[in-house]
Amino acid sequence: MRIELVKRPQHSSLFAALSPFIALGLTLITGAIIFASLGKPPLEALFIYFVAPLTEVWQLHELAIKAAPLILIAVGLTVCYRSNNWNIGAEGQFIMGGIAGSMVPIFMPGFQNFLTLPVMLLLGFAGGAAMGAIPAYLKTRFNTNEILTSLMLVYIAQLFLDWLVRGPLRDPNGNNFPGSIRFPKAAELAEIAPSQGSAHYGIVFALVAAVLVWIMMSRTMKGFEVRVIGESPRAGRFAGFSSSKMVFFAFMLSGGLAGLAGISEVSGAIGQLRETISPGYGFAAIIVAFLGRLNPLGAVAAGFVLAITYLGGEAAQMTLGISDKVARIFQGLLLFFVLACDTLIHYRIRIGGQVKAGA
Amino acid sequence: MAENKPGGDVRLLDVKGLTKVFGSLTACNQVDLTIGKGEIHALLGENGAGKSTLVKMLFGTLEPNGGTIEWEGKPATIKSPSHARQLGIGMVFQHFSLFEALTAAENIALSLSSDQPISSIAEEARRISNEYGLPLDPHSMVGDLSVGERQRIEIIRCLLQEPDLIILDEPTSVLTPQEADRLFVTLERLKSEGKSILYISHRLDEVKRLCDKATVLRHGKVVGHCVPRNETATSLANMMVGSEVKGVERPALDGTVGDVLLEITKLSRLPATPFAMPLRDISLKVRAGEVIGIAGVAGNGQGELFEAVSGEVLQGEAGAVRLRGTDAGRLGISGRRKLGAAFVPEERLGHGAAPAMALSDNLLLSRHVTDAKALTGSFGFVRSGAVKAAAQRVIAEMDVRKSAPDPEAAALSGGNLQKFIIGRELDRNPSVMVVNQPTWGVDAGAAARIRQALIALARAGSAVLVISQDLDELFEMCDAIAVMHDGKLSKPVPIAEATYEKIGLLMGGAEPGHAGHELAHELIEGA
Amino acid sequence: MDIFQNILLTIATAATPLLIAAMGELVVERSGVLNLGVEGMMVIGAVCGFAAAVTTGNPWVGVLAGIAAGAVLSVLFAVLTLSLATNQVATGLSLTLLGIGLSGMIGESFVGTAGVRLPSLSIPYLTDIPLVGRLIFGQDPIFYMSILLVFGVTWFLFRTRTGLTLRSVGDSHKSAHALGIPVLKYRYLAVMFGGACAGLAGAHLSLVYVPQWVENMTAGRGWIALALVVFASWRPWRVLGGAYLFGAVTIGQLHAQALGFGIPSQLLSSLPYLATIIVLVLISRNRRLTVMNTPASLAQPFVPDR
Repeated sequence: MRIELVKRPQHSSLFAALSPFIALGLTLITGAIIFASLGKPPLEALFIYFVAPLTEVWQLHELAIKAAPLILIAVGLTVCYRSNNWNIGAEGQFIMGGIAGSMVPIFMPGFQNFLTLPVMLLLGFAGGAAMGAIPAYLKTRFNTNEILTSLMLVYIAQLFLDWLVRGPLRDPNGNNFPGSIRFPKAAELAEIAPSQGSAHYGIVFALVAAVLVWIMMSRTMKGFEVRVIGESPRAGRFAGFSSSKMVFFAFMLSGGLAGLAGISEVSGAIGQLRETISPGYGFAAIIVAFLGRLNPLGAVAAGFVLAITYLGGEAAQMTLGISDKVARIFQGLLLFFVLACDTLIHYRIRIGGQVKAGA
Repeated sequence: MAENKPGGDVRLLDVKGLTKVFGSLTACNQVDLTIGKGEIHALLGENGAGKSTLVKMLFGTLEPNGGTIEWEGKPATIKSPSHARQLGIGMVFQHFSLFEALTAAENIALSLSSDQPISSIAEEARRISNEYGLPLDPHSMVGDLSVGERQRIEIIRCLLQEPDLIILDEPTSVLTPQEADRLFVTLERLKSEGKSILYISHRLDEVKRLCDKATVLRHGKVVGHCVPRNETATSLANMMVGSEVKGVERPALDGTVGDVLLEITKLSRLPATPFAMPLRDISLKVRAGEVIGIAGVAGNGQGELFEAVSGEVLQGEAGAVRLRGTDAGRLGISGRRKLGAAFVPEERLGHGAAPAMALSDNLLLSRHVTDAKALTGSFGFVRSGAVKAAAQRVIAEMDVRKSAPDPEAAALSGGNLQKFIIGRELDRNPSVMVVNQPTWGVDAGAAARIRQALIALARAGSAVLVISQDLDELFEMCDAIAVMHDGKLSKPVPIAEATYEKIGLLMGGAEPGHAGHELAHELIEGA
Repeated sequence: MDIFQNILLTIATAATPLLIAAMGELVVERSGVLNLGVEGMMVIGAVCGFAAAVTTGNPWVGVLAGIAAGAVLSVLFAVLTLSLATNQVATGLSLTLLGIGLSGMIGESFVGTAGVRLPSLSIPYLTDIPLVGRLIFGQDPIFYMSILLVFGVTWFLFRTRTGLTLRSVGDSHKSAHALGIPVLKYRYLAVMFGGACAGLAGAHLSLVYVPQWVENMTAGRGWIALALVVFASWRPWRVLGGAYLFGAVTIGQLHAQALGFGIPSQLLSSLPYLATIIVLVLISRNRRLTVMNTPASLAQPFVPDR
């Protein structure tokens, strides 16, 4: 069988809108096959995985907790990928943001007032942005591949966090468990509706960031600059835009948002610094960015979809006894299918050859 | 040799009703073509007439949707280029199908199906190169070679397969007039050996001079078969274009050139990449009212010069480039635009325009600084209404044909996109206009319009600099022509003193003080 | 003096998976394709190799399973990037994410299971030669495969017509297509070869290096292998040098951890990653060299027109 791609004269708006849904559908079908092969009733399993976790209000709060970091990070990544900067180290930037913001309650436990949280969040953003600036600097100054450097920095950030919580930042009264002191109330990100569930303001940050970045990308010169440079670097240079400045802008914005997500997670959901503060949000957000078609508002919807896979994984483990690792598989499959479906936007697919002329 | 008579009756290739459809476009529509043994057959047509599509089908890279091909009297389905080579069809591509990181011999080896060792291929290549007067070192890296040398690799590669039919796609578009003459000698010799040649060109004088028969294509259809020697250049042109070709009018300068608006002084630049050309001590003045042309074979530093003048690459000395009397060497492209300059690069898609972005976005691309007040508002917001209106103005002014109200740049034909890109700059009435290859790959109607618009801009008081490989174009448009060779720029030759031969020699590097170029030597020896 | 030989042996063991994975990726990139999924294919190779070896009790079955698993996963990548012309960077990433997810699931029941070690070579007398005997005659079979791979890939790329064609495809797929070279076929085969190598490298980890299954046991080695290809400027022998350099760094930091020195173990553990960044900076700061050596079509999508 031969697959042939036929270029469309104009990109198809229909498939641009449909492709994430087709991908989602294909993922569900594949999921059903996986469940069936594990000996579970596929439809029931899919229900438990994707629907049951959304039936109660407190569960929606859990969904928001999971979705918030995914959306925040992914919104930044859309700018990065749109400008053709391949930041895959958001996980590391998330961790550094979490560490930087935590300095306030750990080293200044007495500093407890209305400024505590804003300072923490600002530091979180700055920490992530600084971490993002490293691959940006190496790319612009030494022409070093940003994919590899940003990824290597993830491992380094994880080890750095591990060292901090086992070493210098370990809670002296923590029975030798790795982890910092618990944050005081003033350093904890508040819950939105404490009577209904535990979602904190992180989701609000995520939604605001998504709208602001969407406006920037679609309405302003800066967004135009991002799109032109990403689409064609030479045309960007011809337009008078600096691609080096764009590398820093994209990396520091996405690093900053990842850092903000990191400190929001630490102060909102965890309440202290631990040796692990992320179940791979930085990598899952890459999927979110693509599933959202590299559009900040699309990332909001996609962030909730990915959040479901996390919750569904937990639910499936409890109810069906399926490993929660299946969540990772769903996430990977989703990205695969999205990329495959995106081909339909620019190409028609023709399967098999055609009658040859001349014979 | 059974057949020596030009245009012999023995048919080598007989094509009937060949058709190729791309989506909604019928690139070739029921094309008939017959080539006899020992015949040089011209395939004439404008850019976009379907010539390349037709030969790609003959060489097996494209699959026809309909029609028949007979080779030596037998029906044939040409499945692939290697199949075409087995049949005896060889091809010299316009955009060479070479590999820059490999040697000439390795490049040749890749098109031979046998497992002959590279060393013996190199030997044979050397033999053919001597035999046909195509000097070439088989062990040199293609990336280091000039365009003319690259074409020789393509020709030698083709000859090594001992083809009966050789297809040459616009072979002279990359050569100096003298190099072209040498190529014609080689082609005549091949013909005398009984080989057939399908010669694709839009240069009518060379077709008249070289070819025995011609087939003319227009909009994918055959509009006529003829014997070029019995036709005039005008009648051939009319067949190609389908209507009277309007010549470009260039009003006399009548001695009223104004101030120097663009001044380049001792501009030098190191090569940016391993295969790039340095710029060596370039000086040039362009005055208000005049069109100055820069001729040269591709790859002699024209692209590098354009980047330096446009400000995409900055100069060390602020005075190396002056615009309207102001030092601009340290200004980027936006700064130079603000001084009144406008630029049109060679590559339309991916340099002059972002392919997947709408025309209105592409208007903003080069106008966002000079027209900031009109096109952008506070906080960096884009006034999309104003941008769209400006784009529509350009579209109407330049008669840009398109299929949607505001289509992607890539959806336009080359000629229409070029009209838009030139119109985008003309729309702001620049006082200095620098254009690299204004009508490359553009159909005759659009080309005439673009050339006329550039002349009008100059005569209205702007300085226009045109870089082009197309000598006809430069002779049509320019008041003086300078020549680029090996990163150096000659003094401009006033158009009254310029001849094809003189400019051609300069293109080959034959100016005193430019000695050492292999071709110049050959020409002198050969003379 | 035996300590010396032991250290060299451990360095070889640490270097072998990097060498094999990087050698596979080198061939892939020489054909003009960038597969960032090495980490994913490697971890799948590790888990499948381990599972097959434990289930059958035969480590050689494990080796074959690892190779097959890596190759199968690479076909997914090839279908997307080659037949569907998707973005190679994003698709490679998704391959890694999928591979890590799948391996976690497949390996869940094997965590803590005792592994089956692929036995090292033992030739009477020869292996017992002092100083060099075990280095030359007493290593695991995959080590010898890795060295053969370097010779084989060098010979293939630079001495055979097929290798020349593969390089030409990586240099310009347009020219290759115009000459009638089946670009996608070459790329499919190259990608599958790369997948098989990554799978073998993974199997080495779980059958020789640490004969057990630990989640995410590749720990970034796939990414380091990718960096090695850049570091080596796409030359097989330089990959060998680079892999052993990294092997030495890895073993060196392990020894330093064992000895203490009061240096935080996390800092030592991060040395291979830091070293990767440093060598990448050193090699890529020379732009001319990078431009000269990078396959010109690398990561460019190609859609043949017919």
